[in-house]
Amino acid sequence: MSMIDTSDLGRPIKGPSALGSDPRRFWHLTQTMAVMDFKLRFFGSALGYVWQLMRPLLLFGVLYMLFAVVLKLDDAPYYPEALLLGLVLFTFFADSTRGAVGSLVARESLVRKIEFPRLAVPLSVVLTALFNLGLNLLPVFVFLLVDGGTPRWTWLELPFLILLLAALGTGLAMLLSSLFVRYRDIDPIWEIVMQLLFYASPIFYVIQTVQDHSESLAKAFMYSPFAAIIQQARHAMLGPGHPSAANVMGSDVLLLVPAGICVAVLVLGYVVFDRRAPLIAEEL
Amino acid sequence: MRLGRTLKGTGPQTSLTAVSATPQRPAVVVDGVSKTFRLPNEQVHTLKEKALHPFRRAGSAPLEALRDVSLSVAPGEFFGIVGRNGSGKSTLLKCLAGIYAVDNGAIYVDGRLSTFIELGVGFNPDLPARDNVQLNATMLGLSPREAARRFDEIIDFAELRDFTDLKLKNYSSGMEVRLAFSVMIQVDADILLIDEVLAVGDAAFQQKCFDEFARIRDSGRTVLLVTHDMSAVQRFCDRAMLLERGRVVEHGDPERVGTRYLELNFSEKARSETSRDADAEIRFGDGRATIEEAWFEDHAGARTEHLVTGEHVAFAARVRFADDVDDPLFGVNLVNDRHLPMLSASNLWIDPHPGRFHAGEEIVYRISFVNLLAAGRYHATPAVARQASGGAAWIDRRERFATVVVTGTRGSDALVELPYEIAIER
Repeated sequence: MSMIDTSDLGRPIKGPSALGSDPRRFWHLTQTMAVMDFKLRFFGSALGYVWQLMRPLLLFGVLYMLFAVVLKLDDAPYYPEALLLGLVLFTFFADSTRGAVGSLVARESLVRKIEFPRLAVPLSVVLTALFNLGLNLLPVFVFLLVDGGTPRWTWLELPFLILLLAALGTGLAMLLSSLFVRYRDIDPIWEIVMQLLFYASPIFYVIQTVQDHSESLAKAFMYSPFAAIIQQARHAMLGPGHPSAANVMGSDVLLLVPAGICVAVLVLGYVVFDRRAPLIAEEL
Repeated sequence: MRLGRTLKGTGPQTSLTAVSATPQRPAVVVDGVSKTFRLPNEQVHTLKEKALHPFRRAGSAPLEALRDVSLSVAPGEFFGIVGRNGSGKSTLLKCLAGIYAVDNGAIYVDGRLSTFIELGVGFNPDLPARDNVQLNATMLGLSPREAARRFDEIIDFAELRDFTDLKLKNYSSGMEVRLAFSVMIQVDADILLIDEVLAVGDAAFQQKCFDEFARIRDSGRTVLLVTHDMSAVQRFCDRAMLLERGRVVEHGDPERVGTRYLELNFSEKARSETSRDADAEIRFGDGRATIEEAWFEDHAGARTEHLVTGEHVAFAARVRFADDVDDPLFGVNLVNDRHLPMLSASNLWIDPHPGRFHAGEEIVYRISFVNLLAAGRYHATPAVARQASGGAAWIDRRERFATVVVTGTRGSDALVELPYEIAIER
């Protein structure tokens, strides 16, 4: 049997991979899994989607009481909206990365039972988080308009910023999910990283407060792509009362650093995931 | 069996020679595939361990799941992959499905391939049937639009029309299996890989599965079935392959493969059985002679652990006399797995006076018979006795001293395989 003539058989199958051979199937799977996850959250509990909306809103309520009412730190224009925007973006980032960590392991039965592009799993997590972000952004706009804000042209910047943030989230999701299969302490480590990120980014405070304290510290903050994106989003949405990321850094060129980090993480995440993909089914 | 095979020929009956003569491109070719798993002795699961012992390499034991496996399946063929637990058949299926990457060799697949290792892959208990069908069908390769379009057909086939909006966790397990199976058969693939999904469900459902397999086969699609259900192999497969410890040990005609499989299975069992029996052997007798060994012989007179139904075979035992004995009786009792006596033979009625045997003499007695026994395991109790008033007194009787496996591929509830012919007149 070993002398099979393989010359006219075409190419051998390549086994499990990150993207698979059919891009349409890859997209169909990612989309279906994301939609189903979203539905599960939507219909899974009695109040369903209300909880999805309440999560950032409740945190917003507590933080607002503390910083605006008790500590009177709300001298920045549209402080409540800035706070809520920060929280919503953070929720998206946390959902996509934290959710991705255990995603491959949670879908073990799938990974071990059928062939499908492995990347669909972490990507569907990011996509679900993106659906959520879309809905969570609505109250931010409502708050802003009720608070006397007006639509601006710079709002058009927001989709690009979200895309950049999604790229960063996707890169990390690929990296974390594939490494978690082998190294299970990725989970607590990432939990801590996310906590640090929460305090080290302008979410419940505004960058102006940091600038007042130390100009260079504020600059240092902006090297973090997550912080830079939030700051730029505030500038785009709430107007010049919030300085742009470039403004804080003092130079447009320096913006390439956080943007470059986003791209680098995306590429690194893909490379690592692609290399691990054939082995995931065996290592689970 | 010959009768069964001829009647079966409804599907595209492809014999070995027909396949190799076909100019068509094979649907599936596996060319010298090997797959080794590294089973870590001590898995490094945390970064901390890795950081503390950066140079310690976790030892690992290689497990060769597949060794140089090759096969070729023609389009429209129903091919069986059989083997015992741990023989590598599921690994082969997963390599074919593209779930595992192969270490060596290559796999060529011509056409769309779908894998059914488990029914209802991706089912979520918290989602209603409609969403689960969508999820499962997409997983199996349909586009979401196509899956939605076929939903009615799927739900009707499963006979679950009244429960489309019920969450899956409220389904009975039977309903869930029905739903999963209906999705599975809606997936149009040219090549289907099926892994013992038949093992689930009640008799009625299994019959439905079998009917569906017959339909799939008749529709000209290629099927690779992994199973250890020999009757399924013989019912459906045009050809089959037997794996043992990752190697192909038999390949071709399903009946031959089935016979080899039964042999493999029973010889292992028989071995463990005899070793266990040896600890607690039941033995009677006054010791004036001892049965040293006992065995079975095939039609050619060679010692064997397997007898084939229909052949002329023999039981034999070697006896050493420790004392002079006049006119002893030599015999054997054969019982089947259900402890029913199947043969009781001795020289009592045929040759009751073989004469005097002297101390130190060693003889072999042989009882030959036409093997009409049904497939299964048999235990032989050989005995030497002397004729006493009103019966026999044991000189040596060794309970279940020898074991033999009778192989026949014909499934039967009968205790014996009486030769028969059938004539149908109209």
